[in-house]
Amino acid sequence: MSTNAVKQVKKKRKLYLIPTYFLVICYVIFLGFPFLWMFTTSFKSPYELLQLNQSLFPEGFYMQNYVDILEKRGLINAAKNSLVIAVCTTVLTTIFAVPAGYAIARLRKVFSGAATAWILISQVFPVSLIIIPLFMAVRRVGLLDSIWGLVLVYLVAALPFALWMLKGYVSAIPMDLEEAGAMDGASSFQILRHIVFPLLVPGIVATALFTFLNSWNEFFFALVLIQSPESETLPLTLARFMGSEGQVLLGPLAAGAFLATIPSLVVFGIMQKKLASGLLAGAVKG
Amino acid sequence: MSNVAIKPRRKSSGGKMYNRGAWKYAIPAFIPLVLLSVVPLVQAIWTAFTDQVAGYNVEIKFIGLDNFRRLLTDTMFWASFRIGIIWAVSVTLLALVLGFGLALLLNQKLRFLGLMRVLSLVPWAMPPVIVAIMWSLLLRPSSGPIDQIFSTLRLPGAGTDWLGNFNTAFPTVILIGAWVAMPIITVSILAAIQGIPSEMIEASIIDGANAWQRFRYITVPAVRAITSALVALNIIWQFSSFGLVFVLTAGGPGGKTFVPALFAYNEAFKYGNFGYAASMGVVMALAIVLMLGVYLKASKREDVQR
Repeated sequence: MSTNAVKQVKKKRKLYLIPTYFLVICYVIFLGFPFLWMFTTSFKSPYELLQLNQSLFPEGFYMQNYVDILEKRGLINAAKNSLVIAVCTTVLTTIFAVPAGYAIARLRKVFSGAATAWILISQVFPVSLIIIPLFMAVRRVGLLDSIWGLVLVYLVAALPFALWMLKGYVSAIPMDLEEAGAMDGASSFQILRHIVFPLLVPGIVATALFTFLNSWNEFFFALVLIQSPESETLPLTLARFMGSEGQVLLGPLAAGAFLATIPSLVVFGIMQKKLASGLLAGAVKG
Repeated sequence: MSNVAIKPRRKSSGGKMYNRGAWKYAIPAFIPLVLLSVVPLVQAIWTAFTDQVAGYNVEIKFIGLDNFRRLLTDTMFWASFRIGIIWAVSVTLLALVLGFGLALLLNQKLRFLGLMRVLSLVPWAMPPVIVAIMWSLLLRPSSGPIDQIFSTLRLPGAGTDWLGNFNTAFPTVILIGAWVAMPIITVSILAAIQGIPSEMIEASIIDGANAWQRFRYITVPAVRAITSALVALNIIWQFSSFGLVFVLTAGGPGGKTFVPALFAYNEAFKYGNFGYAASMGVVMALAIVLMLGVYLKASKREDVQR
């Protein structure tokens, strides 16, 4: 009987398929078209790009755009810098934020309220004004124009949101589990390591994903803190290229933009399954 | 026996706590936060009360509230302030509606789900610099692909310079802002929806709950916490962000998209008035704190009512 009811609802669902797929198509176009256009533009020759009424798809695969941007513009070095910075920032942020996020979620109201307020305040102040004192601070520790200085700044920039996010995920974990752990004599660290952590994995993945992409994409801090071409990050290099000749050289710019987007897409592809696993389901009963 | 010792003493104060050693875990994260976030913050606030200008070896004088007095009568700043609030709220709400819808779709068993999942992350995966340039190229009048689609399909609005027109520039920038803000909301809400035990949904179906009731009484409560966090943070981010507007319209046409963060940025780095710009930052920060206070109070009251 019970499975019957479930089946019936599943049957009913078929009626909704037409509007649902209409929505799917709308989302696919809205989200995908700009990127697809950028991608196909990266294969168009300068001659084709001058034509009016171009088709979406290129006449041929004009690979010279890629050769051009990779060879001449120091893109590979910039990509390497961006990757090192993003990976280091993500690892450090996760190490710092997971225990702290747990603490904030589970501590007494007074303390966790104060911590939350602090996190928010640090987000509130416009970045364009903190940048001046921050510039001085990074210079004082001798990390100006270094990718490690940028890692430090990105860590600080990423922490508040990571803490906030993890606090939300920790709050969603039923307290009964921890109570049971404490009753069984688990230490504070054991509770965190063996009870909370496994349930927190989807939340941690979402947080790490967020941190990686934000540091990979960040532009403003890099613009102020990095001066020499050897330390430049990918957005800086692309922006410089765009500013100097990009409006004219649309093809190489599109090629660079596409290349800059690949690592993030790969990261998401890897993490997608863990995100979906929904570890919390059934944890209380199991 | 040992149960007695572990029993939480603080139960009376409202919060339950089974891991009393937890506070130690917060320390490593707060040291870098204090050094590189709180200290510059205090310095920046101090700057708001000085006449500091750009350049080396400039003497800095403490001038009290002079910057703020000047700001009170600066009508251009307040016009931009109003634009900033409309911008932050519109982008957040639009992105929330679009992102929530997408998360619900991604939670269904549909075809092309893999493609959709990847696409839902694309706006976030792209560097903002590239996003802005991409959209300004897409929206070019006559030669841009969007205008070509409009004129091929003979839609109203063909030939419009979407980013340069007085009436369309601000809505267009808001739509692009929502395009950029969507992925974070989608991923977070999807994670919360997938945390709902499937037994709970099956039980509700057996009890005769329809799709709307399941949405209202299972999905919405499950995503409530993360949604209020996302709304609060997005409003903060959007209110103090200007990167997108900076590249897309530079505040134009005619100041229609001149958000306050851009206003303050120009004051500091174009005209070099660090002190005056810092006072704008302080006012913006106060405004955000005020908005957040109202918002948090409202969402707390809602929690109590449930």
